[in-house]
Amino acid sequence: MTRDQTGPGPMTCPFCGPRDASEFRYGGDPSVARPGPGCSDADWAAYLYLRDSPRGPAREYRVHAQGCGQWLVAERDTVTHLVGTITEATP
Amino acid sequence: MTARKPRYSALALLREGLRGQRGWTPAWHSPEPKRRYDAVIIGGGGHGLSAAYHLAKDHGITNVAVIEKAWLGGGNTGRNTTIIRSNYFNRASQDIYDASVNIYEGLSRELNYNIMFSQRGSIELAHSAAEMEGLRRVVNAMQVSGIESSLLSRDEVLAMVPLLNPSPDCRWPVVGAAIQRRAGVARHDAVAWGYARAADGMGVDIIQSCDVTGFRIEGGRVKAVETSRGVIEAEVFGMAVAGASPELARLAGFQLPLLCVTLQAMVSEPLKPCLHHVVASTPNGAYVSQSDKGELVIGGGLEPVPSFARRGDLRKTAEVIASVVEMFPAFSTLKLMRQWGGTVDTSPDNSPILGPSPVPNLYLNCGWGTGGFKAVPIGGKMLAHLMATGRHHRLSAPFGLERFESGRLIDEAHAGVAHD
Repeated sequence: MTRDQTGPGPMTCPFCGPRDASEFRYGGDPSVARPGPGCSDADWAAYLYLRDSPRGPAREYRVHAQGCGQWLVAERDTVTHLVGTITEATP
Repeated sequence: MTARKPRYSALALLREGLRGQRGWTPAWHSPEPKRRYDAVIIGGGGHGLSAAYHLAKDHGITNVAVIEKAWLGGGNTGRNTTIIRSNYFNRASQDIYDASVNIYEGLSRELNYNIMFSQRGSIELAHSAAEMEGLRRVVNAMQVSGIESSLLSRDEVLAMVPLLNPSPDCRWPVVGAAIQRRAGVARHDAVAWGYARAADGMGVDIIQSCDVTGFRIEGGRVKAVETSRGVIEAEVFGMAVAGASPELARLAGFQLPLLCVTLQAMVSEPLKPCLHHVVASTPNGAYVSQSDKGELVIGGGLEPVPSFARRGDLRKTAEVIASVVEMFPAFSTLKLMRQWGGTVDTSPDNSPILGPSPVPNLYLNCGWGTGGFKAVPIGGKMLAHLMATGRHHRLSAPFGLERFESGRLIDEAHAGVAHD
């Protein structure tokens, strides 16, 4: 059963080319940075849970779960679901 | 309580019938916003209107405005599948949701407004021995807490729901079920309208088409909200805006642990009565009940990506319909009448967020995710208690924002497809 799907038409994986959007599982907000050891409880909770949840243009991690398995960063609008540039995620 | 409102009754119906229906008055006014109130509630859905009602009724605070950017009950209050139940595992959840079911049971009388609460029972199917054990665990936990719930054998559930697919060879054969008999469905619009009418009757201003565009924060406290209809000051503010919570929080200068996604629902063409209960199957990913009009009301799981689009993805629609047809093969001949989506604010532990926000005189009611309608009476009552006293009610205390830092999460991730 398909659990990952979105918006219109295909998404273009930089490694596999255009594929159905349902192949790309959502993986979170790439702007969230993991705090270092010794951070406060508040910083750790913010890293784990606090999110911007933008309405409109957003950047998001997507993993090409049913393709190359690579983690990607996609530009996508959370209202229109239109997808922009998709690039390789860099750690 | 609703002294300024003429009572709705069989006698009033008869009288107005004889008078040509000319004596009815509007159920609530649409006043211009005042410059200043004692309390302002942002969000005119079920939770916001219920909070206004309880501020007036429980705490005697009637100089209150509910401000709503669109129309009353036009968000998730009018988009859900109207299921009311309290079959949860954790004690904190059981307490708060069961208190809500208790209020719902007397709500038509309390509000003098027929919310059509039909306690037809909610059935959660199990499709394997392991799933049956899972249901047994929840049912036991509920019984320990004194909440009515019981298990059904395969034969019992098939006798109660004769249209269920009885085949042992289908993808998800029915092995047994759990039932909460006090659970049921209600008229969702009537819940919003009944609270609006009762609150208006006690002096609350209900202001629609009034969009909050900013907060005026002085000395760390909210002094006023800037709206599309002017600046409105108050001593205390509450927000009950579901899928709009992240943006509203951003306007007030903080973030929330919420992810907004689309949850869709749909109804079939109307049928003669054929399905008495609410029937849900988590592995199938769908649940269904029959409305008083005869339509099958169908819901499923969340869509998998963040969205504020308020429309359902066709792939999800197809998946949910396939699941319903798998559960009820006879429904495969039906036409779908309508399909729609709402934006639900999901929290990390599938439990709501009730309590103070990082801004001291702004209180939160959000994070109900897919399950807010069943909690409208208690969610409003808790928000009103917080706004009036500045302190938690016993029932809302475990649901504060601080649990995400302390780690005392109330994990209802198992709550299933009909967490609704």
